[in-house]
Amino acid sequence: MKKNKSKENFIITLCDGPSCIHNKSKELKRDIEIQLEKKGLSDNGRIILSGCLGMCSKGPILIVNPGYTIYGHVTEKDIPEIVESHLVKGKPVSRLIIDEDHLYNRFFRVFGDVGFFGKQMRITLRNCGIIDPESIDDYISLRGYEAIAKILSDMKPEEVIEEVKRSGLRGRGGAGFPTGMKWEFTANQKSDEKYVICNADEGDPGAFMDRSAIEGDPHTVIEGMIIGGYAVGSAKGIVYIRAEYPLAITRLEKAIKDARDSGFLGENILGSDFSFDIEIRLGAGAFVCGEETALIHSIEGSRGMPRPRPPYPSVNGLFGKPTLINNVETWANVPVIILDSADWFRKVGTEKSKGTKVFALAGKVKNTGLVEVPMGTTLREIIFDIGGGIEKGKKFKAVQTGGPSGGCLPEKYLDTPIDYESLAKAGSIMGSGGMIVIDEDSCMVNIAKFFLEFTQNESCGKCTPCREGTKRMLEILTRITEGKGEQGDIEKLERLGNLIKKASLCGLGQSAPNPVLSTLTNFREEYEEHIKHKKCRAGECRLLLDYVINDKCVGCGACKRICPAGAVSGNPKTPHVIDKSKCIKCGQCYEICKFGAVDKK
Amino acid sequence: MQTSLENDRMAKLKKYMADVLEKTDRPESYLIAVLHRAQNLFGYLSRDVMDEIALTMNIPTSHIWGVATFYHYFKLKPQGKHSIAICLGTACYVKGAGDILRTIKKELKIGIGETTEDGFFSLHEARCLGACGLAPVVMIDDKIYGELTNQKIIEIINNYRKRDRKSKEG
Repeated sequence: MKKNKSKENFIITLCDGPSCIHNKSKELKRDIEIQLEKKGLSDNGRIILSGCLGMCSKGPILIVNPGYTIYGHVTEKDIPEIVESHLVKGKPVSRLIIDEDHLYNRFFRVFGDVGFFGKQMRITLRNCGIIDPESIDDYISLRGYEAIAKILSDMKPEEVIEEVKRSGLRGRGGAGFPTGMKWEFTANQKSDEKYVICNADEGDPGAFMDRSAIEGDPHTVIEGMIIGGYAVGSAKGIVYIRAEYPLAITRLEKAIKDARDSGFLGENILGSDFSFDIEIRLGAGAFVCGEETALIHSIEGSRGMPRPRPPYPSVNGLFGKPTLINNVETWANVPVIILDSADWFRKVGTEKSKGTKVFALAGKVKNTGLVEVPMGTTLREIIFDIGGGIEKGKKFKAVQTGGPSGGCLPEKYLDTPIDYESLAKAGSIMGSGGMIVIDEDSCMVNIAKFFLEFTQNESCGKCTPCREGTKRMLEILTRITEGKGEQGDIEKLERLGNLIKKASLCGLGQSAPNPVLSTLTNFREEYEEHIKHKKCRAGECRLLLDYVINDKCVGCGACKRICPAGAVSGNPKTPHVIDKSKCIKCGQCYEICKFGAVDKK
Repeated sequence: MQTSLENDRMAKLKKYMADVLEKTDRPESYLIAVLHRAQNLFGYLSRDVMDEIALTMNIPTSHIWGVATFYHYFKLKPQGKHSIAICLGTACYVKGAGDILRTIKKELKIGIGETTEDGFFSLHEARCLGACGLAPVVMIDDKIYGELTNQKIIEIINNYRKRDRKSKEG
């Protein structure tokens, strides 16, 4: 840690992810400083802002070290008590401690114990929340940049590649291509220039793993890229990151500068012959740029459109040179593999999928946030054991993985152990790690429409199947949710979907129909109800609902006054009635009623 | 006529482009970075600004236009004083962001990508702000508001209006 560590008695970590900032974590930092000043403790410890810790539903989160005491739902009023009781008297404030076995807790308590195989296991996010992401000293103190020293002194590039290959690491961006093979292809190319790219264009809605990894531990990604550069013979790295992530960008900029100042980046790293430097390029809000060839076009300063592969970027990439592209999470695994050996890494996970995967758990689940679990953990364990089950005692309906390229899995797949193959077999994909839990209140046709709207909107327009096909599919889905579905629509969706999958140019189009096709397989009866009976069982498709006034009506007349279609009739102080034939289903009567007297059926 | 403020911004942009041209042998690959800088300074990308970039960087305006229209992040029209970005990510969506959006549209009488008549609010959609634990959320300028209801969002909008009226009076 910092040089004056002899004086450091405690470290207070505050989460500054968006949810915690919203709950005033930054104001808390100031309050803590004031309290420490009062007690004369200001020089005895320090306060760290950690980046998103992933315990979003319990924010703001405050961790006191040593001891890994995690406090949740902390307010300004609690600060004096925490300082007085915990820091002065050494007695943690038990009423604020999050003690249940949730998300990180278990890991924090046993941190350092490699034999830990609980529900969660943290490799990628191993340092998040433990170190100060803006301090390179903190990173180094936890064996940071040691892997660089190891490869530069002991390992030839081929040996590094062999180790990564042996580890079984596969691309964490979603497709799961073996990372070591990608490295080998790039290394085998003869060229005066080669590039190493980190894909941090995390575009899946509901996914924020990469942002957290960079905000909480930017040096890991940098170290991974340096190792990659050494292995394939490249001197230049580029991080392509979303412009929507300002905090991650700032932390990364600082980390690159610090690494350069410390001799881990730049000319002759650690006195060796190897030189490598990293620059940051910003995206500009185009989902398709997560596709590697589109990403390359974007870095080149053009419209981010994909091109057919082969040639793959490992042969012909950025500026026509061999290029190695890996995702943030993949890079973050690399230093661990080098340092702790491929043999150790292989022990975690399933036969074909090694290591861990980070998921962003969200939707209708009690504990939302980031989860890192070994491959092979079941969906049930993530959603019910770690996530705490469904909110408000509702019934589980589906879990959506893989974002707009993935699918919706019903209850029967809950015991599926997660790896690339099993999720694909179930009709979804691993994807980059978004995991959205859906309960009985959501309409599956509507969910499918939501994802298709997204891909339709983000389709770059280059190839016809994706550009036109998704538009036609969306028209059919819209028609169904508006009660105008026709006999044969389901078959049309299936035919179109399969065609788009086969004929599209890039991964965006090839996977765009997945949410529709998977809901057609697993929730076909909902589509049929919409089309045949013009009913939406979840009550989400408003045009399929009937608005009816029940006996709670006191005859206040509010609904009658607001109805734009003149469909409500009734005398003052007597129950009113809605004329179905005139009702345009705008829902205004439902919203204005103070007595809960309007039902949606 | 250009104001001195605009001249000043243009000077900053030109300085930025000069730095780019000097430090790299592939200046065209920095076009997106230049556009980011320009939007940062001017709030949006006007035809004049794009022409200036074209001349300085020696890139056809047609190419710049193509790039600027491709990426959602770039705005081609002047923006309102406050930008409201409603998150339509999956988590927000399943928690009712659609309803919130309808309410905002009705309250402001504008659609997505539009600016209110008084130039006070612009409405945008965002694909996941990464605050899924607070779903549904909106981001107004740089501030996130979460766990929204139809009532809450109207209150928030009204607070912005009130504050603005006060600052005008005071």
